[in-house]
Amino acid sequence: MELLNEDQQLIADSATGFLRASHSITAFRALREAGDTANMAIRSELGEMGWMGIVVPEELGGLGLGYRAAGLIAEELGRNLTVSPFLSSAILAGTALASTGGAVAQNWAAKLAVGEAVLALAVDETAKHRPKRIATSVTGGADDLRLNGRKTYVVDGGFADRLIVTAKQGNDLCLLLIDPQAAGVTLMSQVMLDSRNAATVVFEDVAVREADVLAQGQAADTALSKTLAAGRAVVAAEQLGVAKAAADQTYDYLRTRKQFGVHIGQFQALQHRAADLYCALAQVSSLIATALNALDDDSADMETLTRAAKAKMARVGRQATEEGVQMHGGIGMTDEMDLGLFMKRDRALTEFLGDAGHHTEWILRQRGI
Amino acid sequence: MALDEFRSNTRDWLEANCPAEMRTPMGEDDICWGGHTFVFRSPAQKHWLKVMADKGWTVPAWPKAYGGGGLSGNEQKVLAEEMQRINARPPLQSFGIWMLGPALLQFGSEAQKCHYLPQIARGEIRWCQGYSEPGAGSDLAGLQTKGVDTGAYFEVTGQKIWTSYADQADWIFCLVRTEPDEKKHTGISFLLFDMQSEGVSTKPIKLISGASPFCETFFDAVKVPKDQIVGGRGQGWTIAKYLLTHEREMIGASDSALFAKSDLTEDAVAAIGLDETGRLDDPMLRAELGQFLVDEMCFDAHLEMTGAYMRAGHELGARSAELKYLGTELNKRRQSLRVVAGGSDDLVWEGTANDAGQVTKDWLRSKANTIEGGTSEVMLSILSKAVLKLPG
Repeated sequence: MELLNEDQQLIADSATGFLRASHSITAFRALREAGDTANMAIRSELGEMGWMGIVVPEELGGLGLGYRAAGLIAEELGRNLTVSPFLSSAILAGTALASTGGAVAQNWAAKLAVGEAVLALAVDETAKHRPKRIATSVTGGADDLRLNGRKTYVVDGGFADRLIVTAKQGNDLCLLLIDPQAAGVTLMSQVMLDSRNAATVVFEDVAVREADVLAQGQAADTALSKTLAAGRAVVAAEQLGVAKAAADQTYDYLRTRKQFGVHIGQFQALQHRAADLYCALAQVSSLIATALNALDDDSADMETLTRAAKAKMARVGRQATEEGVQMHGGIGMTDEMDLGLFMKRDRALTEFLGDAGHHTEWILRQRGI
Repeated sequence: MALDEFRSNTRDWLEANCPAEMRTPMGEDDICWGGHTFVFRSPAQKHWLKVMADKGWTVPAWPKAYGGGGLSGNEQKVLAEEMQRINARPPLQSFGIWMLGPALLQFGSEAQKCHYLPQIARGEIRWCQGYSEPGAGSDLAGLQTKGVDTGAYFEVTGQKIWTSYADQADWIFCLVRTEPDEKKHTGISFLLFDMQSEGVSTKPIKLISGASPFCETFFDAVKVPKDQIVGGRGQGWTIAKYLLTHEREMIGASDSALFAKSDLTEDAVAAIGLDETGRLDDPMLRAELGQFLVDEMCFDAHLEMTGAYMRAGHELGARSAELKYLGTELNKRRQSLRVVAGGSDDLVWEGTANDAGQVTKDWLRSKANTIEGGTSEVMLSILSKAVLKLPG
C-alpha cells in the first residue's frame, strides 16, 4: 500500500531482481558453510549500482537518493538474508560521515560510496544498546590524543577498513576515525548467530591524529543522533524483509501441507493467527516507511518515529518468526527449512541499535512518565 | 484550481461561516444526526448544518448533482485539515452519509440517486440499517426476514436486531429475503422503506453501558413499494458486502470521531503520580502504556499511508477488514488503559462527579467495537481467505 516515486520504484525493482538472482538465501547458505562473513564479492557490485552511496550526497560521490530508497533495499536484503556491508557502511558510516563533514570524512565517504572501503560504527560497550553510556575516553593534548576503552557488537568490525568510534573527552562526545590496524587496537572478530560478523574491540593508548576527530561536542551529538536514527529505521526495514519472508513461507505452507486429510490452512485456529500476523506486518510497514520519510524530510519527529519503528518491528519480527516455526511444526525446527535462519537474523537485528524495551522507555520518558 | 488557492479560500470561508460554538470539543450528545425529529442543541448547530449543506460539504466527496461538494481526494484532505485546524465540528453525521450514500452511488438508479442523496446531504432524513437478526449475526447471509412479492408490493415480515437508533430514524435500508428458492447469498434484496409504515415497531435494548443506542425492530406485513429496491432482486448481498466495506473503513479509521482521544499519559500521571525517578508509580501499567503508545503511532501511520493510497485512486477492498480489526482492537485497549489509570475514581456511575462515569461508560461501549460491523474473528476469516488465499 505504499506510494513510491519513480526513483524509489526503480530502486525497489532492481533490488528485487538483483538480490533474488545473485544473492538469495541459497547464496547465504553457501557463505555460512564456508564460514565467510565478509562476502567480499558483493561490495563492488553494490558500489557499481550506487547502493553503497545511497545516502551519501552527490557532491561527496554518492547517489543521495535518501533513506526511503535505502529502506527498500534493506527490506530486500532482509528477505534474501543477504550478507553485505550495506547497513554498517552505507547507512551508519555513510550517515555519520555525511553529517560530520571535513576533508577526512569526505575522502572516506567517497571511497565508501563506490564500495572501495568498508567502515563500521563502534558505539556499544555493554550487552544492551546504551549509546549514552560511554566509558571509552580520549585524553591528552591536541598533538598527543590517546584513546582507551572497549567496544562490543561492532557489526562488520572484523573486516572494516576504519572504525567510527564514540568516546568521551571530559564531558564532550567525540566521533573518532580509527584504523583497526593501528598500534594498541585489539580486535576479536566473531561469527554471530545469524552468520554475520561483529567484533569486540579494545583500545589501549591508541594514538589519534587530530584530523581523525570527525566531530566533537554539540556537532558530535547531532551527527550521532542522526546516525542512530537512520540506523534504527533501516535496521527495522531489513528486519521487516526477514519477517515478511518468514510469513510468506508460512502462508505457503498453510496452503499446501495436509493433515487429517485437509490442508492445514483450512483450520480456523491457524487462519486467524496467520491473518493477525498479516495485519501486524501491514501496519508496521507503514510505520517504518513513515520513519524513513521523516529522515528524508529531516523532520522534528524523526527521533520518535524511528524509535517507535524499531520498537514495534522488534515485536512483530518475533511474532513472524515464532509463528512461522510453530505453524510449520517439526519441520520448522530443521536447518533445511529457512525459518530458523529468519529467526536468528531477526534476533540479531532486534538487539542491534536497541530493542523494544530500550526505545519504548525513551518514548515514555519523552511523554513525561 | 490550484490546491493552495483552494486551501486559502476554504480557510477564509470557514473562518467567516463556522460559528464559534461549533469550534469547541464535542461529546456524544453534541452530534448532529439530522432527520425529522432531530432537535438542534443550538441555533449555531442548525446554522452550521445549513451553510455546510449549501456548499455540499456535509458530503464533500459526492458529486454536486446529488448535493455533494464534488471535491477531489486532495481537496477533501485539505478541507478536513482546515476544519481540524479550527476544531470545527462535523456538521452532520449519519448512516446515510457513511453507508447508504456510497451504496446508492454505486448501485442506485438515477431516480433513486436524485431523490435520496440530496436528502441525506441536507440531513433531512435520518436512516437506520436493518442487517442483523436474532439468528443471523456473524452469519449475516443466513437472515430470514421475508419479503413476499404480492404484485404491487413486497410484504416484509420478520425481526431485525442491533438496529442503531431505529427508534429515532425516519427510514431504513434493509436486507430482506425476497427469493426463497435461491441460494443463501443470492436470495437477498436491498430494500428502502419508511419507518412510519404500518407494521413497523421498535424496542430499545439496554446495554452494559446503561445506554440504549440499539433496538430490536419488528416488521409485520409492512408494504414496501417495488421501486424502493436498490439494484436487482437477489443483488442484496453484493450491495451489503460493498456497504460493509465502507462501514469497516469508517469504524477502523474514525475511532477518534467516536471517542474523545484524551491524553492517556496525562490522565495516568494525574491519577497515580510519579515515583522518585520521575516514572509513573505503577510499573506494570507504565509498561502497557509504553506498548500502547508505540502501537498507536503505528496505527496512525498506517491510516495516513492508507489514506494516501486511496486518494491516489486505489481501492481498499477486503483490506478494509484489516483497518477494522486493527483500529477497534486498539481502541478497546485505549479504553481499558484509561479506566485502569483512573482507578476507583472511575468507578463512580451516577451523580455529577467524573462526568457521571463517562470514562467507564465509554470503556464498556468500546467492547462492542470488535463485534459490530463484523467481529474481529470474522475480519480475520475474511483476510485469511480474500487476501492470504488460505483454503476453505
